[in-house]
Amino acid sequence: MSNEKKQCEFMANLCEKLDQCEHYQKFAVYRDKILALSNESLEKTIAIALSLCFVCAILVSISAVALKPLQVENKAMDMKKNILEVAGLLTEESDINEDFASKIEAKLVNMETGEYVTTIDIATYDQRKAAKDPTQNIKIPRNKDIASIKRKAKIAKVYLVKDGDSVKSIILPVHGYGLWSTMYGFLALDADGQTVQSINFYDQAETPGLGGEVVNPNWRALWSGKQVYSESGDVALKLIKGVVDKTKDGAEFQVDGLAGATLTSTGVSNLIKYWMSAEGFAPYLDKIRPECEGE
Amino acid sequence: MDNETKKVLIDPLVNNNPITLQVLGICSALAVTSQMSTSLIMAVALTAVTGCSSAAISSIRNHIPSSIRIIVQMTIIASLVIVVDQLLKAFAYDVSKQLSVFVGLIITNCIVMGRAEAYAMKNPPMASFIDGIGNGLGYSLILIIVAFFRELLGSGKLLGIEVFPLIKDGGWYEPNGLMLLPPSAFFIIGFIIWVFRQWKTDQVEQPDFQILDISHGEGGHH
Repeated sequence: MSNEKKQCEFMANLCEKLDQCEHYQKFAVYRDKILALSNESLEKTIAIALSLCFVCAILVSISAVALKPLQVENKAMDMKKNILEVAGLLTEESDINEDFASKIEAKLVNMETGEYVTTIDIATYDQRKAAKDPTQNIKIPRNKDIASIKRKAKIAKVYLVKDGDSVKSIILPVHGYGLWSTMYGFLALDADGQTVQSINFYDQAETPGLGGEVVNPNWRALWSGKQVYSESGDVALKLIKGVVDKTKDGAEFQVDGLAGATLTSTGVSNLIKYWMSAEGFAPYLDKIRPECEGE
Repeated sequence: MDNETKKVLIDPLVNNNPITLQVLGICSALAVTSQMSTSLIMAVALTAVTGCSSAAISSIRNHIPSSIRIIVQMTIIASLVIVVDQLLKAFAYDVSKQLSVFVGLIITNCIVMGRAEAYAMKNPPMASFIDGIGNGLGYSLILIIVAFFRELLGSGKLLGIEVFPLIKDGGWYEPNGLMLLPPSAFFIIGFIIWVFRQWKTDQVEQPDFQILDISHGEGGHH
């Protein structure tokens, strides 16, 4: 009770002080004048509109600014979770931040040359933002744009899972257009840059239950062990209609298509084809392959 | 709680339900109801926005110039929706990712504006707040019923927990794919309206016109 009393006293005090304040007195005079005007007068309409906008703007900006750190943290956590998940390192009891820091190494890769880039701060680099920034992206010629993404960042952020010195998996960011949305995901490859470990879409808005099944763990499990490149070096991995016949030749290059989601399936095939081609990560994989296998 | 307040709060649940009787807010009822979890969050978000916006609009109702009243209402609603969206992104990130654009679309949800225009502009803040909450709850009730059937029949789950084991996972239930698509919500809402009107017959609308019995009229030639 005494606490409440104190609060009341404090408020009363504050009000008294406010009433004594010269600026507030002036403001109160104007406020009362405006409030006394007829509702339909031009002055009042403008005054109400302006003051309403002012109050709403303050409300919105306070919430946006105050919650920003939490949101950024959520986003970063979500990203780390997805990367750990695609690397097969996510368990119920794992501490995401700690695991990510100890097991995964991020690298920046120049998309054209396949070389590592060390001149940019990796912690703040955001590939999705860069893909939208004209100074940091490349326009993809229409005939080569099979994943329908129009632009790509010059520098990609890839992740390596290391066990001591040897690379255990290479995690590549991929994205492409499905039926409704651009699907963003990670593709985890073995150190040979050829065998798929896992795939994971962390941002997509395909039809739930149909195309949205790209996130279904059962379907994603089908990817494990599939091969990306054929002997001639072309990207052979794709989704087919129906179920893959494991006894047939070439089954290692095929994944079951999603039932009832032909366009999403085509979209996934296309984005694999694009990002694994010379336009995508092929130069990088060519560079890193001898390194990884040598170790 | 006195009787009047109770009536304002309870009435929109069945007797004057915003979805089944006023037929408002259908678009989001179709879009977010394929899962229980998204529907629940959407229901909470909409109820909060409707309550707070009605209270805010009602508290300045005597000073809103009628020429700009819709814009004033929109500004207040939009600000509140942005705040809710920011809160979700900060505290329920996974759900906010699934709801994506639909939280923003609460701004255009007819229920929020409908209550502001129909009730909050003429009633004191507390009553308007209760009315907003009541209508939000009415919307929530329908949303949860629809989502219950859609998630159960469409993916054999409730709140993400398996209820019917699916054939593809070695169970016995073949999910109904239609239930995952927005049109199924139309059927379910239609069904709910039918049930409500069987129960509360005063909700049945009178036909707009009566068809003439032509056998006695001038049209009856042999």
